[in-house]
Amino acid sequence: MIHFLATYGTQLISKTGQHLYISAAALALGVIVAVPLGILLTRMKHGANFVITLAGVLQTIPAMALLAMMIPIFGIGSTPAIVALFIYSLLPILRNTYLGMQGVSPTVRDAAKGMGMTWWQMMLRAEIPLAAPVIMAGIRLSATYVIAWATLASYIGAGGLGDFIFNGLNLYRSDLILGGSIPVILLALIVDYLLGKLETAVTPRQLR
Amino acid sequence: MLLSMEHLRKEYPNGKVAVDDFNLEVDRGEFIAFIGTSGSGKTTTMRMINRMLNQTSGTIKINDKDISKMDPVKLRRSIGYVIQNIGLMPHMTIQENIEIVPKLLGWSKEKRAKQAHKMIELAQLPDEMLQRYPGELSGGQQQRIGVVRALAADQEIILMDEPFGALDPITRESLQDLVKHLQEDLGKTFIFVTHDMDEALHLATKVVIMSQGKQVQVDTPENILRHPANEFVTNLIGEERLIRAQPNILSVSQIMLKNPVAITPDKTLDDAIDVMHDRRVDTLLVTDANGVLQGYIDLDDINRTTDPHTPISELTNEKVFYVKADSLIGDTVDRILKQGVKNVPVVDKQKRLVGIVTRTALVDIVYDALRGAPEADETPASPINADIHAAATHEGGDTEK
Repeated sequence: MIHFLATYGTQLISKTGQHLYISAAALALGVIVAVPLGILLTRMKHGANFVITLAGVLQTIPAMALLAMMIPIFGIGSTPAIVALFIYSLLPILRNTYLGMQGVSPTVRDAAKGMGMTWWQMMLRAEIPLAAPVIMAGIRLSATYVIAWATLASYIGAGGLGDFIFNGLNLYRSDLILGGSIPVILLALIVDYLLGKLETAVTPRQLR
Repeated sequence: MLLSMEHLRKEYPNGKVAVDDFNLEVDRGEFIAFIGTSGSGKTTTMRMINRMLNQTSGTIKINDKDISKMDPVKLRRSIGYVIQNIGLMPHMTIQENIEIVPKLLGWSKEKRAKQAHKMIELAQLPDEMLQRYPGELSGGQQQRIGVVRALAADQEIILMDEPFGALDPITRESLQDLVKHLQEDLGKTFIFVTHDMDEALHLATKVVIMSQGKQVQVDTPENILRHPANEFVTNLIGEERLIRAQPNILSVSQIMLKNPVAITPDKTLDDAIDVMHDRRVDTLLVTDANGVLQGYIDLDDINRTTDPHTPISELTNEKVFYVKADSLIGDTVDRILKQGVKNVPVVDKQKRLVGIVTRTALVDIVYDALRGAPEADETPASPINADIHAAATHEGGDTEK
């Protein structure tokens, strides 16, 4: 263990950094696209089912296949990995945003509008805060997925902790396999824990 | 005129007419109740006032300004809005909830806080409650907050859409008292949608009865009880409620017997006895040639005199108790019953005799009002009940005679 850290310590830190960077970038893109899209879907009479089904179809594409499909478009490196993981992160965030916004009682919406809130004020002061716990649960779920799947990104040259695991597989060295997978698990658990904290923080006291 | 609505019409794209030719003038401090069956257009009409819905045609003016030319957001901030399911923001404290509109209007933090304290006092709730969340309060307390929140930015008009529909009767009553107090003491104007007739009659200064998008009757609660415009209104008010309200709306002239037995003072005792014998009565009212009530003569008084030629004027008991034809039964019934007389003469404004009220007729009305329905309306549930019922009626009849 100490020997492993002494040999691969610096590499471990930089790979973890890459892993985090790929995951965070994909997740951030996912949030930026899926949350507004989910909100928009609740305002539309038709189309919501179609869009959510489409996101569901994307989810079913095998991770390796999706990553491989990105190579002709984006080449190799972290860009295709980020795009592929971003596509994966969409569905949980989109679906939870949609459900969360739908779950805001029409009474609250009616009262907010009737008191003279503008569309933006209704969104920012009433609907999004009330839907936030459900939206956050979706983001949290996506984050765990993305961190786990980012391991595969190593295959298309994006780097990350996957490099350890694949090297270990090729060289038949279990210390490298464990040295890659344990940090991934820890990373996923820590991020999940932190996002869980955030989820509680955005949940109104009364709804906890 | 604070609020005026002219030829208001709301038609939905599918051709359904929700409101048709609605006209109403509302003065400051009035309490208007919209009442009707579901689908009568009462809520639709109310929601057009703060432009939650836009009318198809017609105009709504507030302080002579056409609201269709105003910014709907600004308009809504100037009108209080209370809805049935309370509509407090569950993620905000009571204080934040009360401060919503003042905050939208850009009031300073201090001014908002001061207002919140004032409002919670108005709601008759403890000040500490400001820091609580809506979910920690009972339904009645929440709606109290809902009501005062609608006044927090000094709104003049408050719209209420069945605000107390979901509350239990006791809580409802205390909230009705609260809004009545706000209307009477603070001079706020309320537009109140309800399907509870008792509530409408209790609170409103003017009741608007609606059916299928049209106004059926617009009047004070008293006038609606007294003169329901048609059968729909009668049904909506309910037979029972009309009967209960009878003592307060029926006038003496409506229940009196016309053509009472009377005699003029220039006749003699002989004539009087003849008339009494003919009509089988033991008292006679005495009126002068113009029909003005002078007094009465009683069989007891007659027995004590021997001379059959005594003129009536000498026998007349002038201490006669009478009631005016246009007075309400509710106001006179106690006095009549306390006198302990069988019949009471009814006079018009010139004190001319126009009829008599019998004690029996009065007692019937009082019983109906207490019981809520005329006895004939009760359908016996079983033959046994029917027998008891018949016996009871019979006995009642006997004592009354």
